[in-house]
Amino acid sequence: MEMLSGGEMVARALADEGVEFIFGYPGGAVLHIYDALFQSSEIPHILVRHEQAATHAADAYARATGKPGVVLVTSGPGATNAITGIATAYMDSIPMVVLSGQVQSHLIGEDAFQETDMVGISRPIVKHSFLVKRQQDIPEIIKKAFYLAASGRPGPVVIDIPKDITNPVEKFEYQYPEKIKLRSYTPATRGHSGQIKKAVQMLLGAKRPVIYTGGGVVQGDASEQLTELAKLLNFPVTNTLMGLGAYPGTDRQFLGMLGMHGTYEANNAMHHSDVILALGARFDDRVTNTVSKFCPTAKIIHVDIDPASIAKTVVADIPIVGPVDAVLNEMLAQVKDQLAKNESLPDADAIGQWWQQIDDWRDQHGIYTKPRYDTESGLIKPQQAIESLFNATNGDAFVCSDVGQHQMFAAQYYRFNKPRRWINSGGLGTMGFGLPAAMGVKLAFPDADVACVTGEGSIQMNIQELSTCTQYAAPVKIVNLNNGYLGMVKQWQDMQYAGRYSQSVYEESLPDFIKLAEAYGHVGMKVEKLSDLDDAMTEAFKLKDRLVFLDVYVDRHEHVYPMHIAPNGSMRDMWLSKTERT
Amino acid sequence: MRHIISVLMENEPGALSRLVGLFSQRGYNIESLNVAPTEDPTLSRLTLTTIGDDQIIEQITKHLNRLIDVVKLVDLTEGAHIERELMMVKVRATGAQRAEIKRCADIFRGQIIDVGPTLYTIQVTGASDKLDAFLEAVGEAAILEVVRSGVSGIARGEKTLSL
Repeated sequence: MEMLSGGEMVARALADEGVEFIFGYPGGAVLHIYDALFQSSEIPHILVRHEQAATHAADAYARATGKPGVVLVTSGPGATNAITGIATAYMDSIPMVVLSGQVQSHLIGEDAFQETDMVGISRPIVKHSFLVKRQQDIPEIIKKAFYLAASGRPGPVVIDIPKDITNPVEKFEYQYPEKIKLRSYTPATRGHSGQIKKAVQMLLGAKRPVIYTGGGVVQGDASEQLTELAKLLNFPVTNTLMGLGAYPGTDRQFLGMLGMHGTYEANNAMHHSDVILALGARFDDRVTNTVSKFCPTAKIIHVDIDPASIAKTVVADIPIVGPVDAVLNEMLAQVKDQLAKNESLPDADAIGQWWQQIDDWRDQHGIYTKPRYDTESGLIKPQQAIESLFNATNGDAFVCSDVGQHQMFAAQYYRFNKPRRWINSGGLGTMGFGLPAAMGVKLAFPDADVACVTGEGSIQMNIQELSTCTQYAAPVKIVNLNNGYLGMVKQWQDMQYAGRYSQSVYEESLPDFIKLAEAYGHVGMKVEKLSDLDDAMTEAFKLKDRLVFLDVYVDRHEHVYPMHIAPNGSMRDMWLSKTERT
Repeated sequence: MRHIISVLMENEPGALSRLVGLFSQRGYNIESLNVAPTEDPTLSRLTLTTIGDDQIIEQITKHLNRLIDVVKLVDLTEGAHIERELMMVKVRATGAQRAEIKRCADIFRGQIIDVGPTLYTIQVTGASDKLDAFLEAVGEAAILEVVRSGVSGIARGEKTLSL
């Protein structure tokens, strides 16, 4: 059997696991591992400019490909810098394996140089973590980490490795395990048949149904089954922020996003529904508004891989624990069987009336039936910038978003027709996510159009990655919706703090983003006129091999609407514009 | 309502901190906690008491089950069970008090496990409310120190919590 050092085992095990990229940053505690990587040179390593960016890039790689992202950082500050990205992945259930260096075993606990208790610090934001104590354990721990990260409800796993464990001198037998078993970990592989049967009965009897789906359908690769079921039953579908793309965004049966900035039709359909089929969604507070007023007439079928997500905030009438694809397959089979036996199912009259009602809502205030923003202002509206991006990319780009107003505009106006195309930090809401995320996606899909939709606040939180994009040729297109404010903060200050803009204004301090992009060797384009917008957007995407920074000067005072009225509002209580509310 | 949750978990470093951390992270309450290895040295048995309504207890058990280190768990209060707690109390015992405290310990089937010229140390076992009652009977004035183990529990009859 082959004899390897601990450091060599790490490098080899990652290769044996089929890892395509390592996003990382070297430092004292991981130098043995970096030397082993240098000598084996099997896996490309992306040297980021800040460890947070490594985690976001790996996270976005995982969101786009479905495979776990891999991060390698050193101890102490390297590890703590990775924390925000680990928390981001945890909140959105993204598979990721983070290897962090640790000080030598005998120094642990002595406040050694660059020591931090990584297992302790990361504990609340990981699915699981390991501290490696013996070289011989490395292959099995790495195998377990990848299995845990990707199976069941996915999530980040940390492996903390003391420096002495990776020393190049001591060699041990290496064999990468083909399979591992964890007696305490058995994620569900299918749903309960009896529950699924009850759910199908409820669905077929529904008169005002809605299918409400979240990130679980995207992560669980169940889009096809979802689309087939919705089409078969002619039921309306709404997606959460994390679930966009699971159902074709331009399809007639799609109501748009629901929740705080959801569409009028989606939020009303939820509120007035009699049956809700919730798939891989977790009834987040940004969806439900006031829980006690949530969908008063609805019976709820809740399908989720994680039992802890069920009945956490909203009680389910029919809970089903299982992978959403397997549950949907079984539902589809039963629905087809029922429809063949009974042609009067589902109640076509009732469903027809329901669609009539939904179309009325769409006509009244839907954002896809006509523009609900001011088209006469002469300014570039942020919504128009997103529509322009949609048109320039034929609706087929990977759109990686930062966090704020631009994120909501992108979610509303870029109508995703495919899963895994919308890459954003939904749960944690991490500003600075967008650029490193776009980089991670572009490296995985070099031929695809990859956009980073951002604002001048978010982009500055990880702007150093413009340099990484140069080094590894990641020609992403940055669409910076520049309004000179922290837009979402300003919106809340407008609405709830009488326009007192406490620390949300940049005044004259913003850099010249064009020159900044050029300083890193990229192309910068400034767009100040609406009439230039579409041409600039098209031109940017024609420059296939160049990173383009589009600095788009948008209306400084636009708000995101609809917006849930809180506190004490229900799903259907919304602001529709600065002056109009339901 | 008070629940006794008994957990079988991997006897691994970090396992206990993950479990305890879960409670503070999610705002759940731990009234008492005790943990020790089982006859199988790879497993620890942990018993905790907590207070919450059915929905909170359901979330607690679900989140505990989600921890990779947790192998199995049971809410003992859902069925017939036996609970025991061990307490050692150091009490001032002088003059006429000495006989009185001895009688009190006998009533509660306690044992005097250490004797000094002016004090007794008494061991009492039983359900938590019995221990509370003993402390009340002895009286606050006489008590110098109390140490309690936290609750351990086991289901009655054939039911077992094992692999």
